[in-house]
Formats: sequence, C-alpha cells, structure tokens
Amino acid sequence: MSVAARPRLRGVVGESAPRSDAPPKTLGSFLYASDLARDGMLHGATVRSPHARARIVGIDVSAARAMPGVVAVLTAADLPTREKFGLMRLDQPVLADGVVRYCGEPVALVAAEDAERARLAAQAVRVAYEPLPPLTDPVAALQPEAPRLHDEGNVIEDVRVVHGDPAATADVVVEGEYEIGMQDQAALGPEAGLAIPDPDGGVTLHIATQWLHEDLRQIAVCLGLPEEKVRLVLAGVGGAFGAREDVTLQIHACLLALATRRPVRMVYGREESFYGHVHRHPARLWYEHGATRDGTLVFVRATIVLDGGGYASSSPAVVANAACFGAGPYRVPNALIHAVGAYTNNPPTGAMRGFGAVQSCFAYEAQMDKLAAALRMDPVALRMRNALQDGDRIVTDQPVVGSEPVAELVRRCADLPLPGPAAADDPVAMPGGVGNITRGEGVRRGTALAAGFKNVCYSHAFDDFSTARVRLVRERGEAVAYVLTAAAEVGQGIVLVCEQVARTALGVQRVVVETPDTSIGSAGSSSASRQTWMTGGAVLAACTEVTAELVRRAAGRRLEDLDIAALLDEPIERLVTHRHRPTEPRNATTQNDGHVAFLFAAHRATVDVDVETGLVKVVQVATSQDVGRAINPVAVVGQLEGGIAQGLGLAVMEELQLRDGQVRNASFTDYLLPTMLDMPPVVCDLVEHPHPDAPYGAKGVGEPPTISSTPAIVAAIRAATGRELNRVPVRPDDIVFGTVARSGWRIRAGDDPRRAARG
Amino acid sequence: MVNGTPREIEAREHESLLTALREQLGLPGSKDACEQGECGSCSVLVDGELVCSCLMLSGAAAERDVRTVESFGTDGALHPVQQAFVDAGAVQCGFCTPGFVVSTIALLQRNPEPTDPEIKEALAGNICRCTGYGKILEAVHRAAGSHR
Repeated sequence: MSVAARPRLRGVVGESAPRSDAPPKTLGSFLYASDLARDGMLHGATVRSPHARARIVGIDVSAARAMPGVVAVLTAADLPTREKFGLMRLDQPVLADGVVRYCGEPVALVAAEDAERARLAAQAVRVAYEPLPPLTDPVAALQPEAPRLHDEGNVIEDVRVVHGDPAATADVVVEGEYEIGMQDQAALGPEAGLAIPDPDGGVTLHIATQWLHEDLRQIAVCLGLPEEKVRLVLAGVGGAFGAREDVTLQIHACLLALATRRPVRMVYGREESFYGHVHRHPARLWYEHGATRDGTLVFVRATIVLDGGGYASSSPAVVANAACFGAGPYRVPNALIHAVGAYTNNPPTGAMRGFGAVQSCFAYEAQMDKLAAALRMDPVALRMRNALQDGDRIVTDQPVVGSEPVAELVRRCADLPLPGPAAADDPVAMPGGVGNITRGEGVRRGTALAAGFKNVCYSHAFDDFSTARVRLVRERGEAVAYVLTAAAEVGQGIVLVCEQVARTALGVQRVVVETPDTSIGSAGSSSASRQTWMTGGAVLAACTEVTAELVRRAAGRRLEDLDIAALLDEPIERLVTHRHRPTEPRNATTQNDGHVAFLFAAHRATVDVDVETGLVKVVQVATSQDVGRAINPVAVVGQLEGGIAQGLGLAVMEELQLRDGQVRNASFTDYLLPTMLDMPPVVCDLVEHPHPDAPYGAKGVGEPPTISSTPAIVAAIRAATGRELNRVPVRPDDIVFGTVARSGWRIRAGDDPRRAARG
Repeated sequence: MVNGTPREIEAREHESLLTALREQLGLPGSKDACEQGECGSCSVLVDGELVCSCLMLSGAAAERDVRTVESFGTDGALHPVQQAFVDAGAVQCGFCTPGFVVSTIALLQRNPEPTDPEIKEALAGNICRCTGYGKILEAVHRAAGSHR
C-alpha cells in the first residue's frame, strides 16, 4: 500500500473546473430530447384551440384518421381516465373536454409516420367551437359578478401578510401603481420527449424536464397506471428557466405510445412552444411606503394582482412569494400586503426564474427611489439605512439568520467601477446600435441601483428533499465515484456541483455523474435556486457516509496517507435522503418561519437613452451578490450574467403581447430576446459568507440576478429621462411621450382586489 | 458533400437543409430552435459561407459542400474554438453552442483577430438564453489567441 502523499485534486470546491458535459455540447454529440430517435418511431402532434374561451360543440377526426401515415388520433373521449393534472392544483384536463380556457389549449393528439404528416393531420381535425367572450383582465376576473372560469371560482390563491400595525401612518408617504408584462422563458431547446411502450404495459419517457418525479406523479395518474409502470429518464435539456416545471407534452406522448404500441416522439416548434408552456405572471401592483423624515421605513402597504391565466400551475407559490418578499430586503415594522392570483382566459402562467419576487421587486424598488426623492435623500443611503441585518425580521415576521449581507451588498455594488463615457465616434455603441440612428444629440446617461431578495428551496412546510447514491469502486487500480441523483441538469451546472462536492468530500479525482432517472428517489425540482443546497447537500451527506466506511476500513491509519483504491476490494455504496430544516405552513396573516433561508443581490445599471427615439442602450450592469460560497466561480458568474440578460430583457425588450387572450408575437422574430449587441459588460462581485446550513456554505445563485436587475435598469432610465416608467418592459413610447400605465381600477394599496371599483 | 463525404438523399418538398441533416442524415448537432433564421442554432457552412440551415431548402444544397458542427473536432481532440468554449465556461445548456461554434469558426476564418465590436456584430445572429454572452465573448478571444 502506497504511503506517498496523494496528488493534489483538480476541480474541487472553489475551483473553476470545466464542465464535463461541455465537450460533447461543443461537438454537437450531446443528445437533447429533440435529438432522440428509435426505429419504428412515430411523431406526435397536438391540435390546439384557436379560441381563448369557447365551448367545444363537436370534434370530427374522420378526415384526419383517413390520411395516409396517420396511426392514431385521440380526443378527450379516448382518454383512459378523467384525471386532471397540474403542479399545485389538479385543474387541467389532459385534452380539453367540452370547454377551452385559453388560446392554445390542447384538444386532440395525432401520431403519424413522420412529423409533416402528423402536422397536416392535426390541421385536418375538425373542432366545432362556440366562442365565448374571453375574460382577460385579472382584476375583472376577481370581481363577484365575473363569470366563473373554473367551478371553484376565479381566485387561485389569496395571501395576506399582516405585520405590526397594518394601518400605521408616517411623516412621508409615497404611492404608486405598477405593471409587469408577460415574459417568456424562451429556452432555446423546444419542449421534447420520446415515449417508448414497455412490454409490461408501462411506458418509458425520455424527457427534457426540471423535475422527473413530479412529472411521474402527474403522468401516472392521468394514464391510469401505477407509478412503477412509468419510468422517466432525463434527456438533454436545452434550458428551462421555469418553463419545464409543468407538464406539457409528457402525458400526450405517453398516451400516443400506449395507444399505438410504438415509440412516439413529440417536439414543439417555436410557435407551439410559446403556446405550449406557461409564462411569467403579468402583474398589477399598488404600493404605499411610509417613512420618518430621517428615512427610516415605517410601513409598506401593497395590493398585488397576478394573472394566472387559464390554469393554476404554480400560481399559489408565485402569489405567496410576491407577498412574502413584497417589502424588499429592508426592515419594515408595519406591513399589509394582499396578493391574489386570478384565473383568466390568458395563457397560463407559472414558474419563471425568481417568480413572484421579480414582480414585487420592480414595484418596491421604484417606491424606494420615490421615497428617496421625497426625502431628498441619496437612494443608496436610504437602502443602507433600512437594510436587513442579522436577526431582523422580514414582513412575515421571520428573522434572517445565517448570512444576510444586505447593507454590504448595496455598498459594494454602489462602489464598483463605473463605465467610461459613451464613445462619441461610435454610433454602434449608441442607443439604436447598428441601426445607426443618432450621433448622440439626444442621448442622456443615467445610473441607478436596486436590491432584491427571495427564498431558497421550497417554503411553507413543503417536504423538500433530495436523494443521492454514491458508489465508490476501484477501476483499473483507480478509485472512481459514481454519483446518481434525479436532479435535472438544465444548463445551470448541477452536474458540476455534484462532481466538485464528491471530489472534495471523498478525496477522489474521478467522479462520474450518472444520467438522472426515476430509479432513484426524487431530487426535487431544478428551481427555487435549490439544487446546490439540496442535491449538493445530498451528495455531500452520501459522501460523508462513504468516507466513514473508508475510515473504518483504514483501521486507524490516516486516509490522507493511503491510496483509497486499496480500500476498495469491495465497493462502497450509500444512499442518502437529505432534507433541509422544516418550515412552517403559512398561517392566516403569514406571520411565521415559512422559509429556509434567503438570497440577496444588488444591481447597478448604467444606461444611455436617446430621448428623441426612446431607444435605450444598457451600457453596464454591476452586481454584488450574496452566494454563500462559490463552488465554481466561473459557473456562478455565468449564472449571474445569464440572469441579468433575462432581467434586461424584461426591462426593455421582452413581452408576450396579448389581445383578447391571443398571443400576437409567438416567434423569435417578434418576441425580442437580448443578443450579444444588447448585452453590456457585467461587473460581478461575488460576496461569500458561507451559510451554516448549506453544503460548503453555498447558497444557490440562479434567481437573484433576475430580481433586482430589471428595476435597476428601469431606475437608470428614469434617472436619465425623468419619466415615471411604471411598467415593464419599457417601450420607446413610454420614454418619448411619458406614457404611464393605468389599470382603470380604483385600488388603494392594501385593499382587497376582489372588491374593486373601476375608475 | 456533407462533412467531406458525398451523401445522397431524396430532397423532400418544403424540407429545409436543417431537417435533412437532422432527420435523414443522422446529424443532430445542428439545432432547431426558431425555424426562421433568428437564433443561429442551426448554423452550418455551405461552400464556406455561414448560413442558417433552417432557411435553406435541402434541394438547394445539392452539389455543394456542407459542413456541420460535427465536422470540426472529435472527442478528445476538440477544434480550438470548441476547446475555447469549454475553457471559458461559455457552455451552459449548450443548445446554442453548436451554432456559436460554427459562427465563430466562420468569423475567425475571415477575421483572425476580431475586436469586441466585430465579434458582437458577427455573432448577433446567434441567440444564447443562458450565459448573457460574457463568457462567449471571452471564448472567441481565447480562440483567436490560439489561432496565432
């Protein structure tokens, strides 16, 4: 047995190791769900409602069924069960049955020998509709006289946060109404899956998803199969950002495979993707902030209405987040926040990066700037004065403990280097860019800062856990660790986290992260910035148990002095289920410990605005983010820069435009995504205060970049133009003409929006 | 010619080069993300020119030299551009990566030492939803450096 010191490990926690999945992704050999194929495979297509609200009078599939190459056509009448699906409410039929509630709702399915014939057959399905007037204003949908879109009524969720004295008064009060447009996740990889019937009557689904086991739960019930007969394997995922938390084509592909006894692949095109997945909740927010003359916050009151669209999806959690984090990362002794999610006939909305927190942060950060102006105070100083400190309680009465560097983030972010002046001789660097439309005459510069926060992991007594199996074996004389979890790698880098944690914890260079599937217990979703904390934590816990066995086998010798492979005559395998500390269920006033821990960030934006054309060039975004500990600094910076790009999109570019419930821009030509020309340099400042409950102190980093980047950019545009800009995305008209969004509802901050008057 | 090998297929009506590559020729490296030439995920070289293969009919590629991402490196021997993307941390979900790799190779062939504005203009037709482009910009500079 060797007693030489072991070679130093490469790619441990804290190092910017390259991703193991990067080489095949650059070669084009990494297989995404849409790349999968099997011999004899059929192609599925979906018939969708063109109406936002209608009764289905009849469906005639005879023409479609008669077309050459068509193997199956299914409608609601052909379903094996009447079960519904949904992430938090089982309210969505697998295929519309008698009524459609949004434009794009699936009505029928086709399987054919090739994708083109499937598409043509889907067009040949004749559905007779009796259109009804769509209910598209979420405040109108909440009123008692509104038609009920679901049997239970139109309120999906209703959350009140009552803290201190909800009727508190203050020396200085500012108020405002705000609006958020509908953003799309626009992951580049389309929804895709391959369902293969199994000989035992079950089915195996290779799927691009964020959460294999939640899909499994919903699929099995709707297929009428026990969960043991439904197997899910993670296929390559081309981005997610929340859009893959819901079931889209999963049940449909399995139904077609079971009906035809052949493998069936379904892949959405881009237009269908816009109809097929949930979006970010549009929101209307009414806010009132009160402070003493020295700038100490006294109260926050708010009413928040979130548009859930036709089905609930994750709306209950989005509503709760909007309310719980609705006062920002500040000490607020008195609060009344009333948030309600409404069913409408708009496209369903659900998870997108930072959900709930994104919507309210845009409003409360605008309010903080208004308050600073009313107090004639520096906006950074106002935020510093009120920043949450260790032991302070957020408006849900939960103390923040462990790591909460809010004031430090604000100060550091404000002090990061500013960009140089605009290059007067380079029109491409000006607003309008390659459009070459200004020489800078009407260009004004603005800089502003915003801060935000949200929870990490699942809240409110959800049984949040992750499962990891670590198997340490000897191969050709070398110790190799195999790590299996069901955690979905969607691009964010959980593969890296698992590799680096296992390498560090075991002291083994070679770590192989296996393809996630449902043969192991759930890892929970790749959402809520939780996988580093939860699955990183599960892998660490399993490695700790493996190490304990190594120590036993070392029989008193120091592991550091040994060749671990020599201890592996028998492999070591440990399976661990890891939970975070329990949280409390939400009570009537939302006053208790509902959350595990919090993530904080500050963003500072500098913009050049052409006040003549209303075009904006974001010149720089600087950020200080609380990351706990950066397991892989380059990957963390990648999350920050990518999240800021999406925040920039919401600030000035991205909106799914609706009219009467119809999506008017379901394409990448008309839905504008930031390109390399739109993205400014990002200055990233990682603030590391390890959280005692997280693996190596690493808190999770995915969502904060999208939370306060949007309000920082809009505040910078306000600073440059003096315009009110109470709505995102900011449009050129808003800048040139000073357009202000008004809902047409008379609501005071804190009012119950279910009793609102127009005017 | 596809990736240096003569390939014969029956071009179907309305079929894009991208669909032919992916579905008939077993080359799924070129990605289908927008189907209308907005995102660059399907970028290939046709007679050395960068094109969106989703916008070209498969029949129009007859007798021409098509090179896809699959032709530029192998497992264990990445093309310098591919290696630069790996090293810079420019790959997250990776769906846009094949298109960026091909577009970057085309850029560096015509301009071996591009400036930031030249890179941004050349790659503005490629959309990435994950990275915010900072690491991609760095990867292109690294690749340009490795060309020298």
